[in-house]
Amino acid sequence: MSAFVPSPRLVRAALPALSLAALLVAIWFVQPRAISYFGFNLMLNLAMPIAFATIAQLCVITVNDLDLSIGAFVSFVACVGATWLNETPLLGAVVLLGAVAVYALIGALIHLRNLPSIVVTLGMSFFWLGCSVLLLPSPGGSAPAWLAALVKFRTPFVPFAILVSAALALIVHVGLMRSAWGAILRGAGGNPAAVARAGWSLLRTKVTMFALAGVFGVLSGLSLVGLTTSADANIAIRYTLLSIAGVILGGGEFVGGRVSPVGAVLGAMTLTLAGSLLSFLRISPDWQIGAQGAILIVVLALRALVNRLERRR
Amino acid sequence: MQQGAFSRLADWSSRRPWLWSFVGAGVIFLATIAFTSGKGGADVLAAALTFASFYVIVGIGQMFVITTGPGNVDLSIPANIALAGAVAMKVMDGSNVMILPGLAAVAGVGLAIGCFNFALIRILSIPPIIATLSASFLVQSTAIAYGRGLRIKPPPLFAELATGRLFGVPILAIMALVVAAVMAVVLRRTVYGRSVLAIGQNARAAGLAGIRVERVRFATYVLSAVFASLCGALLAGFSGGASLNMGEEFLLASIAVVVIGGTSVAGGFSNVPGIWGASLFLYLLVTMLNTFGVGAGVRLILTGLIIIAVIALSGGRRAGRG
Repeated sequence: MSAFVPSPRLVRAALPALSLAALLVAIWFVQPRAISYFGFNLMLNLAMPIAFATIAQLCVITVNDLDLSIGAFVSFVACVGATWLNETPLLGAVVLLGAVAVYALIGALIHLRNLPSIVVTLGMSFFWLGCSVLLLPSPGGSAPAWLAALVKFRTPFVPFAILVSAALALIVHVGLMRSAWGAILRGAGGNPAAVARAGWSLLRTKVTMFALAGVFGVLSGLSLVGLTTSADANIAIRYTLLSIAGVILGGGEFVGGRVSPVGAVLGAMTLTLAGSLLSFLRISPDWQIGAQGAILIVVLALRALVNRLERRR
Repeated sequence: MQQGAFSRLADWSSRRPWLWSFVGAGVIFLATIAFTSGKGGADVLAAALTFASFYVIVGIGQMFVITTGPGNVDLSIPANIALAGAVAMKVMDGSNVMILPGLAAVAGVGLAIGCFNFALIRILSIPPIIATLSASFLVQSTAIAYGRGLRIKPPPLFAELATGRLFGVPILAIMALVVAAVMAVVLRRTVYGRSVLAIGQNARAAGLAGIRVERVRFATYVLSAVFASLCGALLAGFSGGASLNMGEEFLLASIAVVVIGGTSVAGGFSNVPGIWGASLFLYLLVTMLNTFGVGAGVRLILTGLIIIAVIALSGGRRAGRG
């Protein structure tokens, strides 16, 4: 019987990949030439920074928090990358390390004072935006040549952005889903009391996940500024919403440490490609954000259906 | 004896969590006035009352949503404000006769967005944060497509309503005060308000006690959306026309005024006066930093840090209760 009807669990896990596949078929149908090395290179140009930002968000969601400052943070990193990192590399590197430390500190503050992460990270989004405005009052700067060369690296057969995203998904999957440490980190989101009683420090898990979010945020900002070569304070503001949407699209739940790194990266790619499909369909860019919202709703509706089927068994 | 008086005072103030937001607003106001050596105090106050009114209207809706329990929050407010402002200006079309139909249309927008939000939460069982977020994507796109190139001025009477003063007090502030007073009574004295508080404290117990939990949540999301829409219309009237990004700052502001005002983010404990104190605090904070002559960057940094500091100082105290 089960040979004919796949289990809801499997369907749920496959949903992100199926959404991406459906989107690719739609693109192929509308514009067959886009399904090529060159086409993917163009369409997935910005997939790399979005994938990093989505994984950063995933780290925070794993421990039942939400980061509304990631977009402002990625913008700040991009601004540092286009100014200090280029002119005085040592200072730039120290500032970026300090920024990761600030992320860890925020995690500690949220845990120790039992604060709502939404409000704290909204406040932090103002902080990062202010820092970016101080650093780059008007759009400009230029990325270090090595950085631009690195992210625009052209690999044979498969575009670099896809390779990096796949590697990212694999590394985070092994680290978070397959390792003993990963189980504890996810457990801190699933059942904090049990993890604490087993002798693990909840403070340490929260600080670890926020610091990791900071690291992936830095990677996102650096890959973004490498691609665009200049920056401004608002360059990545929309990443906040995109990253949350990507994680949820990829099968992550808001609470309980139920996340999927592979799904999240697929979700990020789906949202990136959705924009291309819309422009192939000659739909006005006005509806770009709306389409992302619609995709999110459709996928969540499908998942609700799967969950309902699961409960019926 | 001294100790007794002190603990009585501490007890008195802990039952009034909104007190601190007013104290904070007062301190910041005095600091601003001291810096300008008393000049322009009345103007600062009038401006603060006007801008705080927008925060208050949106904040009360957000407060009701947050009160219904952990995870409940309305993130569609900025997009809602943008769409409602555009709809208001288009329907009113600069003529005084069309003000009431315009407001009705705006209320319709709020009603529709509130229903949509709740449909996503209830029927698709999407967590409220994601539901209101994805709804806001669609609303934002609608606002962009609908309001592109919109250059309609508000009707003179409506602009007068949004910017005028009565005995030196902004009309807007008087309206917001009345709304706040009414909503305070609704929260404390009506079946609906008590139900909202009960659901926030324990949704299961509230359901067992016979409260129709989902119906109350539905009404709450609609209430928040309608308040945001009306704020959008007033904002467009105040600033001489609708713009697409005029709702942006209200995402942080609506949540911040609720939390700074002493409402528990875990739900179940809220108060209306705190919204006013926090709104004045938030606006006066920006005014003070402007008066001190700091640049945009430093102002943003300090705003963010002060909000976090306020929550860090007050949040832990409430954790034990919520």
